[in-house]
Amino acid sequence: MKKITIDPVTRIEGHARIDIYLNEQGRVADTHFHVTQVRGFEKFTEGRPFYEMPSITARICGICPVSHLLASAKACDAIMSVSPPETAVLLRELIHCAQFVQSHALSFFHLSAPDLLLGFDSDPARRNIFGLIEDNPDMARAGVALRRFGQEIIEGLAKERIHPSWIVPGGVNAPLTAEVRDRILGGLPAARKLAVRTIEFFKTVLDNYAEEVAHFGTTPTLYAGLVDEQGNSQWYDGLLQFKDPEGRLVAADIRARDYPEFIGEASLKDSYLKAPYFKPLGYPAGVYRVGPLARLNASDGFGTAADAELAEFRQRCGSVVHSSFHYHYARLLELLHGLDKIERLLHDPGILGTHVRATAGVNCLEGVGMIEAPRGVLIHHYKVDENGAIRWANLIVATGHNSLALNRSVAQVAEHFIDGDHFKEGMLNRVSAVVRAYDPCLSCSTHADGTLALDVRVFKPHA
Amino acid sequence: MPEKVSIRIDGEYVAAHEGQTILEVARAGGKYIPTLCWLEGISSVGACRLCIVEVSGVGRLLPACTTPVQDGMSVTTQSEKLQHYRRIALEFLFAERNHQCAVCVSNNHCELQAMAQRLGVTSVRYPYAFPKLPVDLSHPRYVLDHNRCILCTRCVRVCAEVEGAHVWDVGGRGTRSLIVCDMNRPWGDAVNCTNCGKCVQVCPTGALAEKGFAVEEMVKHDRNITRLAARRGGPA
Repeated sequence: MKKITIDPVTRIEGHARIDIYLNEQGRVADTHFHVTQVRGFEKFTEGRPFYEMPSITARICGICPVSHLLASAKACDAIMSVSPPETAVLLRELIHCAQFVQSHALSFFHLSAPDLLLGFDSDPARRNIFGLIEDNPDMARAGVALRRFGQEIIEGLAKERIHPSWIVPGGVNAPLTAEVRDRILGGLPAARKLAVRTIEFFKTVLDNYAEEVAHFGTTPTLYAGLVDEQGNSQWYDGLLQFKDPEGRLVAADIRARDYPEFIGEASLKDSYLKAPYFKPLGYPAGVYRVGPLARLNASDGFGTAADAELAEFRQRCGSVVHSSFHYHYARLLELLHGLDKIERLLHDPGILGTHVRATAGVNCLEGVGMIEAPRGVLIHHYKVDENGAIRWANLIVATGHNSLALNRSVAQVAEHFIDGDHFKEGMLNRVSAVVRAYDPCLSCSTHADGTLALDVRVFKPHA
Repeated sequence: MPEKVSIRIDGEYVAAHEGQTILEVARAGGKYIPTLCWLEGISSVGACRLCIVEVSGVGRLLPACTTPVQDGMSVTTQSEKLQHYRRIALEFLFAERNHQCAVCVSNNHCELQAMAQRLGVTSVRYPYAFPKLPVDLSHPRYVLDHNRCILCTRCVRVCAEVEGAHVWDVGGRGTRSLIVCDMNRPWGDAVNCTNCGKCVQVCPTGALAEKGFAVEEMVKHDRNITRLAARRGGPA
């Protein structure tokens, strides 16, 4: 049996390796997706004061520290049993939208656009952001500008772009100034123009990728996302709901603290992987996806001007979209929605308020924080002793929710595209590209305590 | 009046009084000698070894904070050798405990961190001990994190000498030494603690901090202790 190894999988966050086994006929017999890191945050935070958790867990990721900061701060809010002041909630939402804009821009332009614009079969030496700069400087510039716009909002609010210490239990530690608000508002029209132009462009190239659309992880799954009372996608404060592959609601109004009733985490015999699944359906039937595409599938809409583009998306691709290739499209729509939301928040009369932090000690021995991170639902769950020392922590990260679906997608793409007798590099690149479509953050996903790297195996049904 | 003596510091003649330490005389003359455990207003113990200086005719390096001046003494405060040993002393402090600046309440307001920057310590050449140490969260207002303690004993001294409560001591031996509260009980159970917070204010790192402060938020005010001690006439 011949083995092909993709090591490392490039243009993703974190480290991964894919092993593909071919049979005598040169067809794919088996694929193994390995995540080659162990982090251990859940274990080494035991004994730490709970209010340190936002800054410690932010270190999980340099791309989306804001998401971890927010989920962690919300878990701490629950331990303190406080509701952050209204302005603090608005400011947290604002920085969260900025985080979505910069993260989605990074994923689309820097990581995936080289495949989409230069072609899956193009020269691998040039199939990167530098090749993109040479071939399509406008597109590369748009990516850099959008990411910068998001990062500058984060810096304007929190003083630092990466791992800011501004988000604290009970709120944030400094109010927004009118000057920073006006500066962000000044940059919005240009950012929106770039987002709209990119969506228009993406729609023109979509038809070139019919084969990829048809085979990039198309197995129907459940979809999970947070929504508000109107059923619109909510990134900061919504309730979790699950929809089935036909778009029917199967579980709704799930509060953060009730997540264990609906999300189970399977331990695999030959791996340290935690495989989250939808509990009512059991493991492994309860496969679900999270992230941009899943959020669109799980919600009715955005509730902003981006709904017009969303309507066109649904017209083109269907009301429930299964192909993971469309994570890209969904990500771009969310980028636009993020910009709309930023504008709405900045015009909120409460945004310049100066009461931004609630203080309290330990009033509850358990707290769960749940938000939508750019890559999907993020849950921080802590238990503390009466002095506030962490006794136990559980983090369920977006990439973790997606791991079962992601593994199936890798197998599907490998089976369809790889032909051992007429081997071309572009075939392997498609396997990497389906991983990129999920925009997995593998460094975020590997929290379990353990001494071995995760080893995710995907088998053909008959293997 | 104590007897006047004359010493040389880095080649310059300096007037001093008998009973003064090399550090006091050097500071009065505007000379910088790095210190961590020393704090003006409380007694000196020479624990951190950062203030080591060379004294002509003495084969070993001496801590400036506890070595009294003697007439005719010639002291060198800056040399490659001293720089070398001060860095080693500092690196040992980092290697002994779990100093994670990025997530510390005292980040950017930490004397240990500032000293590392000042002495150019950008990495630690010795294996980290990674000891598994507890965090005492039992006090309603303050927290003691042994992971960030450098055993400078400023807390021990300020509590005994300025507050007069003598809650803190050092327990254990060698690398197993730990700051202990009221004969080794949880801080929250201490009967002698007056909750004054002086120990927190003089702690050079994030080892003693106010509860609920997020990363980078703990700013210490140890000058207050120096002023208070000066008003009372110096160390007890």
